[in-house]
Amino acid sequence: MATPYPYKIFACGDHAVTIDFGNIINEGINDFILQLFNRAKQKSIYGIKDIIPAYSSITLVYDIMLVRSVSGDKSAYDFIKQAAEELLNDNEPQEYAANRIMKIPACYEDAFAPDLRQVAFEKKLSVEEIINIHTSKTYRVFMLGFLPGFAYMGIVDDSISIPRRPAPRINVTAGSIGIAGLQTGIYPLDSPGGWNIIATTPMRLFNAAKSPPVVLQAGDNVRFYAVTGKEFKQIKSAQ
Amino acid sequence: MSIRIVKQGLLDTMQDAGRYGYQHWGINPGGAADNVSHTVANVLAGNNTTEAVIELHYPACAIQFEEDALVALSGANFSPVINGEPVPLNTPIIVNSSSILEFTKPGGHLACYLSINGGFKLDPWLGSYSTNTRAGAGGYKGRKLKAGDVLFFKKNQDFSPILKGNAFLPLGWKAAVPVMFPKRQSIRVSAGNEYDLLCGASKDILVHSAFTVTPDTDRMGCRLSGIPLQIDMHGSLVSAGVTAGTIQLLPSGQLIILAADHQATGGYPRIAHIISADRHLFGHLQPGEVIHFELTDIKEAERLFAQQHHYLQQLQNACTLRLENFFAEHALY
Repeated sequence: MATPYPYKIFACGDHAVTIDFGNIINEGINDFILQLFNRAKQKSIYGIKDIIPAYSSITLVYDIMLVRSVSGDKSAYDFIKQAAEELLNDNEPQEYAANRIMKIPACYEDAFAPDLRQVAFEKKLSVEEIINIHTSKTYRVFMLGFLPGFAYMGIVDDSISIPRRPAPRINVTAGSIGIAGLQTGIYPLDSPGGWNIIATTPMRLFNAAKSPPVVLQAGDNVRFYAVTGKEFKQIKSAQ
Repeated sequence: MSIRIVKQGLLDTMQDAGRYGYQHWGINPGGAADNVSHTVANVLAGNNTTEAVIELHYPACAIQFEEDALVALSGANFSPVINGEPVPLNTPIIVNSSSILEFTKPGGHLACYLSINGGFKLDPWLGSYSTNTRAGAGGYKGRKLKAGDVLFFKKNQDFSPILKGNAFLPLGWKAAVPVMFPKRQSIRVSAGNEYDLLCGASKDILVHSAFTVTPDTDRMGCRLSGIPLQIDMHGSLVSAGVTAGTIQLLPSGQLIILAADHQATGGYPRIAHIISADRHLFGHLQPGEVIHFELTDIKEAERLFAQQHHYLQQLQNACTLRLENFFAEHALY
């Protein structure tokens, strides 16, 4: 079966088409989206200039004039929509790289975890329990977005799930590890942000001078392990 | 072969047509906020439309020419002067070395573009010269321009026989840009995926009522203020791809238009999308301005974009020809 999940294709403006599998966070769907992403990359459809895989959708951004130069009687939109249908129905088996396991050091000490005590209070758990729960699960990187290299990961255990802070912080420092609902994520750069910060990693997750500039990729599996403030500094200075 | 920034501006960055192909890493396309003015500035200077230009925001920087140069300005009219004398927009200008270009009044609009014949010497990052200030990469050192920065350009020219000691000289032909910036205040949009979830009255409000541009307008986006819209949707959306021109509905009922430095993904309902042919109007929004939306369909949006594209191509051909003649006439290259 080529398309194991029901979907909808729609215009995301006049120069992008989205294939959408519903408002859902699901590993199977996300796997399928990454397959579609790889298929689309391999096929290199003429005129496509960006492909944005997300939780349960994939958006193909195209150059209207380039597509119109090959679309004949069809509009650029109809041409790309058809290409999207073909991607979905492509039965060729995909070489799918085994998902990597990435181990990320995380310091949960007070100075590195501005919201940890508040989260513990609200979730009626001890700080140690939160750390144990957060470090005992393997998270999947569903997508990158928001900031260069910002990985949206999940699924966070219900017992430590907490909504975004009511007012976002003006500046969250690079390396901050946050929770928002059932998602966990790491700010790769200093940025405003509303997630509850429960730890900080000394790992540099974005480096413009490197190729690729991002460490985490969609489809990766991530495990956090607790480090002390001293280890944090050692890891940071060794990079 | 350089210009020097002698006074820092608010947010002057190098921008080109954008960095595409990396949104799956969360790297947004960036590029000129007003794509048409970026193109016009380039073609007037005899450049390829993908060349980098300086995007100037008011108050803009002051620039000293360290060599003779052929430049063009397009976009917002910040009342530019060279050595105190007013300089016209949308025309190629040759400038004498040591002259100083300054911008003296807010032009109401967002950004003005300065191009230079032959282009600036910059290292591309991921295939583009656009400055990504968040990533600290691309453009000039990945940041906005500061006093003391020296920007090199690729072409060395001596215009002294033509300038005859004058600080600058407009070359006498002008790009007809008003046709691309008509005096109507409606921006054409296509319906977004969540448009149908708007409550009946909200659909009418979207196209029949006025929205005011708030001061919260920059390269990332523009927040509007108007009658709050209501949507029949429970819970939130998982993040999905968005593009420049996407109009999202915030929980407050107000709208936000995403611009060049938009995030690759967003989680608010996509009510509508500014059509590509009107995207450049974003660069002409000013706080306090009142705008209207007009709903159109994708087919018409494509037709309008193709029309704009052809107009710009004709403009480019005409400019190239004029410039070639000018160079030939003066035995330049």
